[in-house]
Amino acid sequence: MPAEAVASGLSASTWSAADPLVEVRRLTTWFPVRSGVLARTVGQVRAVDGVDLTIRQGETLGLVGESGCGKSTLGRSILRLIEPTSGEVRFKGQDMLRMGPAAMRRMRRDMAMIFQDPFGSLDPRQTVGDIVGEPLEIHHLARTRRQRQERVRELLDLVGLASSFVDRYPHEFSGGQRQRVGIARALAVDPTFIVCDEPVSALDVSIQAQIINLLERLQEKFNLTYLFIAHDLSVVKHISDRIAVMYVGKVVEVSSARELYQSPQHPYTGSLLSAIPIPDPTVERGRERILLKGDVASPVNPPSGCRFRTRCFKAQPRCAESEPPLDTVRLGDHLAACYFPLG
Amino acid sequence: MSLHLLELDDVHTNLTLKAGVVRAVDGVSFHVDAGETLGIVGESGSGKSMTALSIMRLLPRSGRIDSGAIRFKGRELTGFSEDEMEEIRGTEMAMIFQDPMTSLNPVYRTGWQVGEPLQIHRGTDVRASLAAAIAMFKKVGIPEAEKRVAQYPHVFSGGMSQRAMIAMGLTTSPSLLIADEPTTALDVTIQAQILDLLRNLNRDSGMATILITHNLGVVAGICDRVIVMYAGRVVEQGRTEDVFAHPEHPYTWSLLHSIPRLDADDREPLKVIEGSPPDMMRLPSGCKFQPRCPFAVERCDKDEPELRDVRGHLARCWVTQAGTSLNGSVDAG
Repeated sequence: MPAEAVASGLSASTWSAADPLVEVRRLTTWFPVRSGVLARTVGQVRAVDGVDLTIRQGETLGLVGESGCGKSTLGRSILRLIEPTSGEVRFKGQDMLRMGPAAMRRMRRDMAMIFQDPFGSLDPRQTVGDIVGEPLEIHHLARTRRQRQERVRELLDLVGLASSFVDRYPHEFSGGQRQRVGIARALAVDPTFIVCDEPVSALDVSIQAQIINLLERLQEKFNLTYLFIAHDLSVVKHISDRIAVMYVGKVVEVSSARELYQSPQHPYTGSLLSAIPIPDPTVERGRERILLKGDVASPVNPPSGCRFRTRCFKAQPRCAESEPPLDTVRLGDHLAACYFPLG
Repeated sequence: MSLHLLELDDVHTNLTLKAGVVRAVDGVSFHVDAGETLGIVGESGSGKSMTALSIMRLLPRSGRIDSGAIRFKGRELTGFSEDEMEEIRGTEMAMIFQDPMTSLNPVYRTGWQVGEPLQIHRGTDVRASLAAAIAMFKKVGIPEAEKRVAQYPHVFSGGMSQRAMIAMGLTTSPSLLIADEPTTALDVTIQAQILDLLRNLNRDSGMATILITHNLGVVAGICDRVIVMYAGRVVEQGRTEDVFAHPEHPYTWSLLHSIPRLDADDREPLKVIEGSPPDMMRLPSGCKFQPRCPFAVERCDKDEPELRDVRGHLARCWVTQAGTSLNGSVDAG
């Protein structure tokens, strides 16, 4: 369905709020593997390897997968924080990958990112006021110093932090408070679209719910669209309208959150779901587990055909011969890249 | 009276830091019996790892067991010399950690490392210890064991390293295995494999396991009994089914209500635990959870409750000890 939209020449002028906010087409992001004294390229890490994805305005699309599956690279490639190798990323109908720096800069005002640890990459000598206010400077969103201070206080208030925090430094904060600062910074540009990359995984269990509820509240208030990347499927299912499952650089299944849980089609999704422990001994002890053999395949030399076949309990010779496209299984909005789905 | 495999009695472990003394383990008592899996749950700073390190006597330099007794097979360990502890750690107790890469030595072949405890503690020769390592690799599910023992740790994936570390811990057939967040760094499909392995080892060998984790789902899956720690104290203790079915400490209750469940079919906002984990340098008066507690009454910030029996298991809470059931009070939180 999205392919038709591209073919029909969806462009900025024809884009309306009913159209997908973000459309990702055949996106690839490869990283060279270098070796030897001359650092010659000896291979490619196919971190993102031909991904199609649609994100609708106002929804939360969850993106799950195990470490190294390419989900973070995909999130960053969509925002062009990492330069993709090929493909298309249309934001409000415009192809971001073919945009010049000035246009890209205007576009950036509409999007933001929330990181696992927002302070990992920031100057510890910056105050919270500087951190949250920086995007306002970059995009010239505050004319006077006074305006900037007011906006920063407003943002801190939105995320539940006292405005007295503006002059304090990151190290004075707990993990949960830091993540609130990270969220305030993301909101500074008044974005439409936010990529949340593992926003709660580094937090204590008792703090995770605070941040999840805050993200949901903000979404409702500002009609935000989220791409929510996480490895914890329980969290993703709770917050997402739809979920995409990634395995070794590919999206292997996408569907509504409820349907993905109730009737997963791809064997990988099925095993992933069955591996998530449920905090209830009576439920947990009666569950059937699909235990996978072996480890995740290498993104440098992915297996031929379906990349999951080396661990799959349903694999047949056909799976090694050709790669099943994402719409091999199509149940309405529910797509899965599998020749022998769970059904 | 039957003897427990391991018994802690009012253990206090302090950390002396520049900023002051932290009472990391503050009067912890519990026991573990042969063949059972005991879970210890808590957030960072709750004292769960320090409790384990106190048992193993692997505390950081700033740490010291100040008082209390740790009895293992009837022997009082706190009076043991470093040499005596070394012998016990090598043969009767083993510990595995969250990050296997920090426990495997990168310059030695994995097979040699896994067999080494046998050479040191049992006087086994190199050839026999390597054969034992191969057998252990097979037992923990490492494929191509004969080839793998000759490899160095860096070629092992996360799941394989964790298996190798478990193998290393198990070579001398210890009676107690302490696993500190053994699956936290692993992907869920690998986590499921490792938990399955621990469950089988437990059943087949009669070894006791203490599993330290922050993941209540993992506890629900493999622990017979569970201890919940908060601010260096045990706040709840009991059979896993009982604690999950009717938590009698508000911290446990709140944790169970704040985590999204995969099998829940609603998108209600999660019940939130207000505030942050406690600052161990500045603990509140009375019950340590009281500032974050949705059930707190007047007494809670004045006196600290003891760990007492409430409906069949132990809880440190004035409210439930007075007869109130947390599950009945729907609007809390």
